[in-house]
Amino acid sequence: MQSFQNPTENEFAVSCQSVSKHYIKNSPFEKLNVKALENISFDVSRGELFGIIGPDGAGKTTLFRILTTLILADEGTVSIEGNDVVKDFKSIRNEVGYMPGRFSLYQDLTVEENLNVFAKVFKTSIEENYHLIEDIYKQIEPFKKRRAGKLSGGMKQKLALCCALIHKPKVLFLDEPTTGVDPVSRKEFWDMLKRLKAQNITILVSTPYMDEASLCDRIALIQNGSFLKIDTPKNIVNQFPHELWSVSSDAMSKLLNDLRKIPNIRSCFSFGESHHVTLKNKDWSVDELKVVLEKYEHTSVEIKVIEASIEDCFMDLT
Amino acid sequence: MLKYLIEKEFKQFFRNSFLPRIVIAMPFMAILIFPMVANYDVKNINLSIVDNDKSPYSSQMVRKIESSGYFRITDVSSTYNEALKSIEQNKSDVILEIPNQFETDLVREGETRVLISTNTVNGMKGSLGSAYLSAIVADFNSQIRSELMQIKKGIQVPAIEIVPMYKFNPRLIYKVFMIPAIMIMILALVCGFLPALNIVGEKESGTFEQMNVTPVSKIHFILAKLIPYWVVGFVVLTICFLAAWAFYGFLPVGSFVTLYVFTTLFVLAISGFGLVISNYANTIQQAIFMIFFFVMTFIFMSGLYTPVASMPQWAQALSTISPLKYIIMVFRLVYLKGSSVSDLFVPFFALMGFAVFFNGWAVLSYHKKN
Repeated sequence: MQSFQNPTENEFAVSCQSVSKHYIKNSPFEKLNVKALENISFDVSRGELFGIIGPDGAGKTTLFRILTTLILADEGTVSIEGNDVVKDFKSIRNEVGYMPGRFSLYQDLTVEENLNVFAKVFKTSIEENYHLIEDIYKQIEPFKKRRAGKLSGGMKQKLALCCALIHKPKVLFLDEPTTGVDPVSRKEFWDMLKRLKAQNITILVSTPYMDEASLCDRIALIQNGSFLKIDTPKNIVNQFPHELWSVSSDAMSKLLNDLRKIPNIRSCFSFGESHHVTLKNKDWSVDELKVVLEKYEHTSVEIKVIEASIEDCFMDLT
Repeated sequence: MLKYLIEKEFKQFFRNSFLPRIVIAMPFMAILIFPMVANYDVKNINLSIVDNDKSPYSSQMVRKIESSGYFRITDVSSTYNEALKSIEQNKSDVILEIPNQFETDLVREGETRVLISTNTVNGMKGSLGSAYLSAIVADFNSQIRSELMQIKKGIQVPAIEIVPMYKFNPRLIYKVFMIPAIMIMILALVCGFLPALNIVGEKESGTFEQMNVTPVSKIHFILAKLIPYWVVGFVVLTICFLAAWAFYGFLPVGSFVTLYVFTTLFVLAISGFGLVISNYANTIQQAIFMIFFFVMTFIFMSGLYTPVASMPQWAQALSTISPLKYIIMVFRLVYLKGSSVSDLFVPFFALMGFAVFFNGWAVLSYHKKN
């Protein structure tokens, strides 16, 4: 785990020191003691695009809610732009934009009215910061008289981003912005984030999609409330300690079971079209594995040496 | 900032295809229909007659009962058992059995008996029915007596006639008693529970949280929720006043100013109560259920249907926690008796206490949650 020894608070847009959060419920019907976050520390520099990558239920949303002053951490300190989330929550609320995972705008107001409401509560106007949202807003402007509830998923997403940006926040928190969005809109969305980054807005984004990780400057891999690793996507991939093969044959599900039976196979996971395999003994060659698999009656076996992806690293770390 | 939030709230209210219509329809419904239905003047009691005598007197008495307007003779049986069957078949509610030799006994002995037997499954109808019937028979009795006395001795018999005088509601019209209370029920719904449901709705849709990360303060957020409903509440109340006047010519004996002063207090109290609910409920389903529970309690404890004084001692004590009790009392007193603020210190301070208590609780429970 990466940690900075002497963080001067003001250098960072977001600075989070050993944050923990537990959910405890003690009712006659259910007893619950969930560690949502445990000892989370990280810093995000100004203008950085920081990704928090992890599966559902890893604690991403809880972390975001702490960072945006919605809930209090049990332990640890967080400061946003040098302001403490507990003491100075009021000034933080003026400086951050938050886009929750679930569409949370007024469905019965039109696109324009929603934007207006959020501009007004930040004591600004659409015109004042129009340059920030122009790119995005242009795409939904033809529908500005339509009620937000009647928009398509991608459009809702764009509107929500506009509303989070309208007050020119210094730090933008996007909680799973691309979950449930089609691949084309996802790509568009990341392009938009890049343009925002160019405007020197610090962006924290969480996502369960590993393939989006490489688009961030730095990422944190989170699992069960703890960070597994914080680094640039490139470093994380480079640090992958094993040789990685992709294996495919005509009978994929049988192949997975058979591979796991082979003693020299360290790990084997299904990755869409092929299975990714790491070995215990590095001396084994591709051909040796092929021979073994043909003994298991597999036909058209294909084995390739590949570069690790973030997902491989994540699977390796968990 | 508050201005824009209120504007937003009104926009949402009027964009809702349902709420504005119901707000207009509710007062009319309440003033026109409810007082007719929620009526304790029991009428159309089904009467079964067993006339064993069939004399001029007995038929005279039956005619008198019939012409009273309260009874409908639905069954004429020859024996009491037959009449009982008609009660079992739900054809009649009350049996009047006139004995054999009713007239003879009355003239000769100066004394006779009739039997009134009542189905009291519906307690109200049964007891009122037999009371009405006894009154008519007693009236008939005194009529007969004076007739007989005159014939026999030619002198006037002294008799006490009771003339009741009903103050403030001279014709004992139940509507007049109900309308002020119904107005309050509507007010409680519009000003107390609609904003609570609205807030819980924002919690459910996530917009509550979205607003929480903006610099909008809690006070502003809540005021922006309450003010529109207060406005709507007063509009509805005014429609109620107008409707009561237009349809029944029913105007308060006291002044409208008194009514509005107390309404303001009540609205403060009940919307504070609504806020408390919205703080504890996380879903609309929870909120509706809580509201339903408290509305039932408040209404039955408020004396809206049954007088508080006739409740058991513990229930009377409990009824002091229903803000509805005080405001309904005020509305009835102002409408019927013309009381002014100086006569109504107790409800005035009670309502003020409720307003402080509920709003204080709302503020405290709000902080607890965060």
